[in-house]
Amino acid sequence: MLFLDKFTSSNNDTVRTNIFRRIFRFYYEGFRSMTVGKQLWAIILIKLFIMFAVLKLFFFRDTLGTRFDTDEERSNYVIEQLTK
Amino acid sequence: MNEVFDYNLIDWSRGQFALTAIYHWIFVPLTLGLAFIVAIMHTFYYKTGSQAWKKTTKFWMTLFGINFAIGVATGIILEFEFGTNWSNYSWFVGDIFGAPLAVEGIMAFFLESTFIAVMFFGWDKVSKGFHVTASWLTAFGASLSALWILVANAWMQFPTGMHFNPDTARNEMGSFWEVLFSPVAINKFLHTISSAYLLASIFIIGVSAWYLLKGRNVAFARRSIVVAVVFGLITSIYTIVTGDGSARQVAQKQPMKFAAMEGLYRGQEGAGLVAIGLMATNANDPNNENIKDFAFKIEIPNLLSYMAYYDFNAFIPGIKDLMDGNEAQGIPPVTEKIIRGKMAIQALSDYKMARQAGNDSVALQAKQVLDENFKYFGYGYFESDPDRLVPSVPLSFYSFHLMVALGMFFFFLMIIIMVLLFKRRLETSRFWLRVAIWTIPLAYLASQSGWVTAEMGRQPWVIQDLMPTMVAVSQIDAGAVQITFWLFAALFTTLLIAELKIMFKQIHIGPKDGGK
Repeated sequence: MLFLDKFTSSNNDTVRTNIFRRIFRFYYEGFRSMTVGKQLWAIILIKLFIMFAVLKLFFFRDTLGTRFDTDEERSNYVIEQLTK
Repeated sequence: MNEVFDYNLIDWSRGQFALTAIYHWIFVPLTLGLAFIVAIMHTFYYKTGSQAWKKTTKFWMTLFGINFAIGVATGIILEFEFGTNWSNYSWFVGDIFGAPLAVEGIMAFFLESTFIAVMFFGWDKVSKGFHVTASWLTAFGASLSALWILVANAWMQFPTGMHFNPDTARNEMGSFWEVLFSPVAINKFLHTISSAYLLASIFIIGVSAWYLLKGRNVAFARRSIVVAVVFGLITSIYTIVTGDGSARQVAQKQPMKFAAMEGLYRGQEGAGLVAIGLMATNANDPNNENIKDFAFKIEIPNLLSYMAYYDFNAFIPGIKDLMDGNEAQGIPPVTEKIIRGKMAIQALSDYKMARQAGNDSVALQAKQVLDENFKYFGYGYFESDPDRLVPSVPLSFYSFHLMVALGMFFFFLMIIIMVLLFKRRLETSRFWLRVAIWTIPLAYLASQSGWVTAEMGRQPWVIQDLMPTMVAVSQIDAGAVQITFWLFAALFTTLLIAELKIMFKQIHIGPKDGGK
């Protein structure tokens, strides 16, 4: 039975209870059957880890966000920078 | 106003952003273009049910997946940089930049992330109709994501649809539609995505040409080239047309950039287009690295005027006209703009102080002065060194002409490949097959040259006429920027090597059963 055939079923309750399981299985089987994809997912996860857990955390803090508590302080600082 | 800027910090911050953007743009155009070509191939499979088309689709889909996986999220680093290295800019642009990027995030997430999974995992699991629809939605989703980024970029080149709030020091969006449908945004989007589609066509033709040279997967390679060359020819024409429109917008909205792109120092009526030119040191000003004469040039008379204004005799201002002014043409000198810019900056300062002191009448007067002069706000920072208002002429000229020359070459290559293909002589034309392979790096070179023209040509502005790059930068330690520059260089180079290694391996393996 094809994925969308389920939507044409007259039993809506069955559709509702099974749809999440079917989506889960769709992704699960998709990921399991990957060949090149596994290597790519490893690259993606390492990349995201470096970006968010290393670069963002230690090197790329929001300059205005970390220096000031309120938007008013931020705007005062930027005006000072623009007009100094 | 104290015009002392840390140019070491500014240069490293610019270098870091440029490095990130260049690497990001290595991955993006192939994703944008391959998505569409894969969708077309998938449609052929859907219509014919042919296993050959299925294998062809799956092979290019794999290469698309590799490129997508390696490139995905590299653009997020640019957003990190906005908050850290360009905090004054990020604050100043307010929701103008934030709104398109937020829409981009939502669209990218829902369209690309959802349908890309169906596209890859959906073989024999979802209906064929739903599956091919997912391929098309992935392609449209990718291009729509690009739309919002390019709208934000276009606003920086031609700020419109906003008003400046002196209380918050932020620009606030007055009209979303004016920002979205600004002529610069429309042209930029169409030109950028069509060039990305063209790059992907060249990629497929080049890889397929390699198979033909090796005598491997011949039927598959021919099938792939048929789709890519038709798509490539259409998109090469469209790239030329939209490039022409884009250049016209630059001529009208960013005349200094246009003059730099053309190496036009003195304005003239009926200006000629320099088709080929070689710049050399100016005999009258040998120490000026930026102002150079042409040692050699081939010029097409009157064509530049026509390109810019559809009038063979229209006046095109040169760098000198824009700097010194040209009364006859109604062009004010930069000295006047600098005075008005300083008035705007002073008015902002006066307004803030008056508000803090609770003096509403002085605040109102200051706001009036600010509003009247705001369009020259950024010029106020150039009193001590107005020459900085001129972008690098050699870099702008060469990058622009390289892009145009390569764009024309791609168009003719598409015609040649198409003729050879339909005369059934492509497999034996080893010269053109080799040319097709070597055109792949040239497509990337053209694509990057386009961005160099767009971004270096608009210097010193980060927001045209309103905010120069040197004011946009955060006051942080230059050493920290250097460290992250090298970290990015290492990270992106590793990613690029990984991409090339995995992709070459898959190309070497080829399609399943030779794509038969």
